[in-house]
Amino acid sequence: MSSTPKKLLVLGAGTAGTMVVNKLRRRLPHDQWSITVVDKDDVHDYQPGYLFIPFGINAPEQIRKTKRPFIGRGVEVVMGEIERVDAEAHEVHLAGGPTLGYDQLVIATGTTPRPDQTEGTLGPQWHREVGEFYTYDGALALHDQLDTFTGGRLVVHITEMPIKCPVAPLEFTFLADDWLRRRGLRETTELVFVTPLDGAFTKPVASRALGGLLEEKGVLVEPDFMVERIDQDRKVLVSFDEREVAYDQLVTIPLNMGADFVAASGLGDELNYVPVDRHTLIATGHDDIFALGDASNIPTSKAGSVAHFSVEVFVENFLEHVAGRPMTHRFDGHANCFVESGHGKALLLDFNYDTEPLTGTFPLPKVGPMTLLGESRANHLGKLAFRHVYWNALLPGRPIGLPAAMSMAGKNPA
Amino acid sequence: MTTTTIAGHQVEVNDEGFLTSPQEWSEDLAPELARLIGLELTEEHWKLIRFLREDYASQGETATLRRVSTQTGTPVKSLFALFPGKPAKKMAYVSGLPKPKGCV
Repeated sequence: MSSTPKKLLVLGAGTAGTMVVNKLRRRLPHDQWSITVVDKDDVHDYQPGYLFIPFGINAPEQIRKTKRPFIGRGVEVVMGEIERVDAEAHEVHLAGGPTLGYDQLVIATGTTPRPDQTEGTLGPQWHREVGEFYTYDGALALHDQLDTFTGGRLVVHITEMPIKCPVAPLEFTFLADDWLRRRGLRETTELVFVTPLDGAFTKPVASRALGGLLEEKGVLVEPDFMVERIDQDRKVLVSFDEREVAYDQLVTIPLNMGADFVAASGLGDELNYVPVDRHTLIATGHDDIFALGDASNIPTSKAGSVAHFSVEVFVENFLEHVAGRPMTHRFDGHANCFVESGHGKALLLDFNYDTEPLTGTFPLPKVGPMTLLGESRANHLGKLAFRHVYWNALLPGRPIGLPAAMSMAGKNPA
Repeated sequence: MTTTTIAGHQVEVNDEGFLTSPQEWSEDLAPELARLIGLELTEEHWKLIRFLREDYASQGETATLRRVSTQTGTPVKSLFALFPGKPAKKMAYVSGLPKPKGCV
């Protein structure tokens, strides 16, 4: 029997997209399925490394590589700007003309910081007194900026949730405290954490633990702050209810949004995230579109660990789905996040849709070696080592020995 | 969780005073819930409360501040004026809905 292979089209060759094409290429016969992945450029950043750049803990060359070597043989790579998905016609339009057809579509175009969405952010002090570390260029600029910092008000600010890696702003604050101490600047610096939430984090047990750390380190917290604009002349953040927070150096986390083509295709919610079934990741109202990684609206952290665990579940489901069988695997929202707390230590959070981060040991009960929701050196070393795991095992789609489903083993119930 | 009486209705509330079952809410509860947080409801408030109730019924979760703003065409600034301080929380409270998650 000879027939044209069916087409799997993956939009985005970031963490989720790269893992999924590599895993599926091994599982889908070449004569039955072609796999194509589209991205706008050939740069792959290890995004958790952005956090370390301003403090000189990671060097730029450790976190930036080209994409193509990570994409396995038998996967076609197309470079182009995605303009629109025509779900009725089963086509994706790229800017400048080319159209790609598909039988199954995976949207894995992530989420992007959008400084343009908050008035006054992109003024003359952008990437100077108004810094950020959610992009490669921003992290490098902030490194230079911190180098000239001599004390005053250092303000870390979250615009709106959800954001990619929701613990990163806290980690930045803890690392900044450590860095200021080592430079002898902590006494002359007011370190301020400004958040739209009513506490340090979104989940109660972790919020208390992380809030306790902020207090211990003398960080001032400004909760329930919804920014309306940044006034670069007066160096203040202004909220919708007319409160003001002054800064000498601001580190802002801009509003995060899914890709614009998602909105243009009528596939997104108000932040351009694709509404999906939270257990199978199939797009609501479609049977040939899935959204993976940060691009979907699932109620868990936008984080690489979630992309990884969900891709493992997705691959098994996808094979059932294209064989015309019901999908029998369910993603549980599992997230696993290291939180750098400064002084060579880190905490570890492990949670899912139903279970908030708890205290205990990970992955083995009592033995660990990682400590859940408590500071330890082992956690910090685990976080630093993960960069190698990411490049060498995770992206190529090799198993890394962590089960996709969250386990209660070693956890102390709330 | 405790049982309390609001506007003559017996309802279950959590430790923050939010109704635990949205179906126990009815329109006559809203003015009393609003009064408890120092608000007097106007037609503008009602427009938002009705949107929140309908949206919860269709989506299964409480709309975030951004969703309320974009779906009803109400500027965020106005939401802060109508429900001062913590508009997302206060809108959910008066509408008998759980606190919006929107923040994981």
